[in-house]
Amino acid sequence: MVEFALPKNSKISGGKTWPKPAGATEVREFKVYRWNPDDGKNPSVDTYYVDTNDCGPMVLDGLIWIKNHIDPSLTFRRSCREGVCGSCAMNIDGQNTLACTRSMHDVKDGAVKINPLPHQPVVKDLVPDLTNFYAQYASIEPWLKTTSPTPQKEWRQSHEDREKLDGLYECILCACCSTSCPSYWWNSERYLGPAALLQANRWVSDSRDEATGERLDNLEDPFRLYRCHTIMNCAKACPKGLNPAEAIAELKLKMVERQI
Amino acid sequence: MSYTESHGAPKPPSMRTPLGRVRNLGAAHSGTSDFWRQRITGVAMTLLMIPVVVIVMMLLGRNQAGAAQILGSLPIAVILLLFIFASAWHMKIGMQVVIEDYVHNEKLKLTAIMLNNFFSIAVALASTYAILKLSSGV
Repeated sequence: MVEFALPKNSKISGGKTWPKPAGATEVREFKVYRWNPDDGKNPSVDTYYVDTNDCGPMVLDGLIWIKNHIDPSLTFRRSCREGVCGSCAMNIDGQNTLACTRSMHDVKDGAVKINPLPHQPVVKDLVPDLTNFYAQYASIEPWLKTTSPTPQKEWRQSHEDREKLDGLYECILCACCSTSCPSYWWNSERYLGPAALLQANRWVSDSRDEATGERLDNLEDPFRLYRCHTIMNCAKACPKGLNPAEAIAELKLKMVERQI
Repeated sequence: MSYTESHGAPKPPSMRTPLGRVRNLGAAHSGTSDFWRQRITGVAMTLLMIPVVVIVMMLLGRNQAGAAQILGSLPIAVILLLFIFASAWHMKIGMQVVIEDYVHNEKLKLTAIMLNNFFSIAVALASTYAILKLSSGV
């Protein structure tokens, strides 16, 4: 059966409270999930106090400030710091989002609570193991597939057909949507999840692609596609404002369309 | 980083590649029929709901002879049979989805799906028999 409780070694226990920075006039409390694969202990939640007059406004700024000034062992992924790379996806105040685009002032009540993306194996602290997520993306073969002779110049596409990719191509594969989906939590081995399915629809909707039917064949499965029950957590979580649930509904519509 | 090294979701060690695990046995090439039938039966039940409620209200407080008289009408019997057919089918698909979502033990899952089929067919046939019996006045 589905496990609704955390495994014994994942239960959160205690945590260290780090001293407030000396001389800081305005501080913000951060409660951050910690887990070290090397010490054999259960995860904990450490409390830090960030000097908000000495760092930028975003949650990522706070994390970097903690790493630079308080605890260099705090581990998290980050790169572009402007919502393009998707590296700093994490669960902030109960919502999967990007730490670089979420202002710490938007977290209203009390501490800024930060956890890794839910229901994924943890590598260390806020770093989830996304191996399965990336393999699912690879499985939808995210490249243009054609059999016609390659044209001298580019594969041509009308403006109208290009517009069909809007709302799909912007996905940065941060995994906020897939890891917010209960259906993905229960069946991530077999259900492709909102991100991979949105990307699948991006290629199914591409007028230049000649493998549409083959792509739909590979998706037509009670688990790969039809585990989506339109829960809509994906659309709520997406930090880019995309709607993976709608993309999945379009895929289902195409499945019905080719049968009726 | 293997799954067994991480604390989040312990998995048995596997030397299969992540892509191999995702592709696994391949797509079943099914699921669309159930998806479409669930919608058809859902719409059918929505349309039939008001007539069925009216019929049930007509039957309230009547004895068997009175019920048999009402169900002897062809449109009424057909509406009830359609409702039974749509709801049993909808129930079967819906329950199967729930089982597939939450039951991960393969043997238990197959048994549960089998029992779900038996139960849905039994309920549909028993209800159909009752309606036909009453409507034919036997």
